[in-house]
Amino acid sequence: MSVTERTIRRVAWRRSRAATAAAAASGGETSPSELLAAAHEPLSAAEAQEATESFEIAPNDPLVAYFQGSVGAVDVNALDLDSPALTALRAEGVSLVVPLITNGELIGLLNVGRRLSDQDFSADDRRLLETLAAQAAPAVRVGQLVREQQAEIRARGRIEQELAVAQLIQQNFLPKQLPALGGWEVAAYYRAARAVGGDFYDFIELPDGRLGLVIGDVTDKGVPAAMVMAATRSVLRASAQRLVEPGTVLARVNDNLCPDIPENMFVTCFYGVLDPASGHLRYANAGHNLPLVAAGGESSDLRATGMPLGLLPSMSYEERETTLAPGASVLLYSDGLVEAHDREREMFGTERVVELLARGGDCNALIGELLGALDRFTGEELEQEDDITLVALRRAGGEPAGAAVLDDFKLASEPGNEREAMRRVAAAAAPFALTPERRERLKTATAEATMNAMEHGNGYRRELDVAVRVSADARALTVAISDCGGARAIAPADAPDIDAKLDGRQSPRGWGLFLIERMVDELRQRSDGDRHTVELVMNLEGGRDAERDT
Amino acid sequence: MPNVTLEATTHAADGRARIELRGDIDSSAREALGAAYAETAGAHEVLLDFAAVDYINSTGIALIVGMLARARADARAITARGLSRHYREIFEITRLSDFMTILDDDRTDQGDPTHE
Repeated sequence: MSVTERTIRRVAWRRSRAATAAAAASGGETSPSELLAAAHEPLSAAEAQEATESFEIAPNDPLVAYFQGSVGAVDVNALDLDSPALTALRAEGVSLVVPLITNGELIGLLNVGRRLSDQDFSADDRRLLETLAAQAAPAVRVGQLVREQQAEIRARGRIEQELAVAQLIQQNFLPKQLPALGGWEVAAYYRAARAVGGDFYDFIELPDGRLGLVIGDVTDKGVPAAMVMAATRSVLRASAQRLVEPGTVLARVNDNLCPDIPENMFVTCFYGVLDPASGHLRYANAGHNLPLVAAGGESSDLRATGMPLGLLPSMSYEERETTLAPGASVLLYSDGLVEAHDREREMFGTERVVELLARGGDCNALIGELLGALDRFTGEELEQEDDITLVALRRAGGEPAGAAVLDDFKLASEPGNEREAMRRVAAAAAPFALTPERRERLKTATAEATMNAMEHGNGYRRELDVAVRVSADARALTVAISDCGGARAIAPADAPDIDAKLDGRQSPRGWGLFLIERMVDELRQRSDGDRHTVELVMNLEGGRDAERDT
Repeated sequence: MPNVTLEATTHAADGRARIELRGDIDSSAREALGAAYAETAGAHEVLLDFAAVDYINSTGIALIVGMLARARADARAITARGLSRHYREIFEITRLSDFMTILDDDRTDQGDPTHE
């Protein structure tokens, strides 16, 4: 017959409580009902701890087998067993033991010391104790079960609470909003694993309109990882404001982390400084997954060597740089993406990611496609192993893969020249399947954007040109109109309000941009410090006003 | 400035005026529009006939807004006819259509005639 460890613990606990009862009983002053009350009284955690520590009956002790098979009170001194537990009981002065058995399971012992009179227990005494044990056993068992359940709930609660704290820290230190970056599209995604890993990302606004890009991953999970993540982020933010070079920033963060980081923890981290106007990116990498770039049909990664943060002080970090051309996309990600497994323990890997990134398209769509591919790969029933973090950036412009240039021309900034732009764009768009109504909208948008370029961008200075480029791919027709006003920011105009205009509270003018936005499916604007470009996009299938036409 | 490309002719009788517009309404149309409106003095209703207008840009819209403001001050009701489907849409987007009556005589030389 086997006895489980849990049962043995219960035996030990009963021993202590029963010994108290036994001591009282041997004083002759405690009634059987008081004994029962004593047995019901829940043990404090400290008492339970003391009980389990003070006396353990090993599962293979012959006494266990003996009690399991015995009926009624047992004379300790009459037993002849090679049992350490029996020796211990005798040493405690126990002379009579009544096993507490319920549902055939030994759940405790009722231990009684010698009578004060030193006489043997009478048959009446034994019957009383046996009746008491028989009635007490199920009640004690119920008490044990309740206590076990409460302990389990407490333990579960502690874990849940810790998870909630880790999540709170994590959420608190992730950016609340995306940076508004002229000429760039930015999207970010974070999904915590159940155990909450230490992923983080950040956007740091730097002088001169530059932007610090951060993605990192703290080894370990839960609250400790979240704390280290918060510390890393703060140190990085502070260092990024004071230091210019990304490699120096990471070296500083590393030196700050090293003295305090818990043993066996470290942080992988990529840090880059982007100049949105030129697309120039300078970066360093402390052992994080290499960010991926797709540009002009080519894929590459942002490789720079460096040790993870928090391992060894005084490390140096290689610095590299690149220029992200118009149309280029960058993806920063954590290992939760590429190291996710399917049911055959195969990893998701970077190849699929590269493939999706190369397809182009906007950042939110890319993130949606990545997550969709990942979910299909892992299968829905598999729990997410690690945090997943994705940060995507795409520089506006450039020809999407497979785009053909249909026309490309320049116009002098002279009133009336918008008509030439309109005529040539209409001619270039002629072979495409646009409804007559959508054709008219594209013409109006082209004329208005050209007028804006000539007037606001070039101040109607004849010698300054407006460049118009018409291109198309399978999805859309794009008209890019650029002027020489890229260095100046264009002041945002009030939304035109006909009531205000009629009342003279607003100039009757100011309809241009308002009209353009409503004529095309998508309007993009970007400045590169030299030229300001407006892109008018008409989708070739559907389009946002497809419903309006039908 | 570009060549003047709008001709605006006012016909007025019995408190009603009709301005016949021919050409493009852009920044060059300012004087022609202003003069044509001035000739509607004494009319309660002014009909703008866009049937021979090929192009209206945002500056042209601004000029029409200016005319609407004057007409409101002068208590003259403005009606438009002959707008292409495309410019009718633009009048709706800009809410010019809230301040004038647009006659339902859609031209079919622009826009998709199968609609409406």
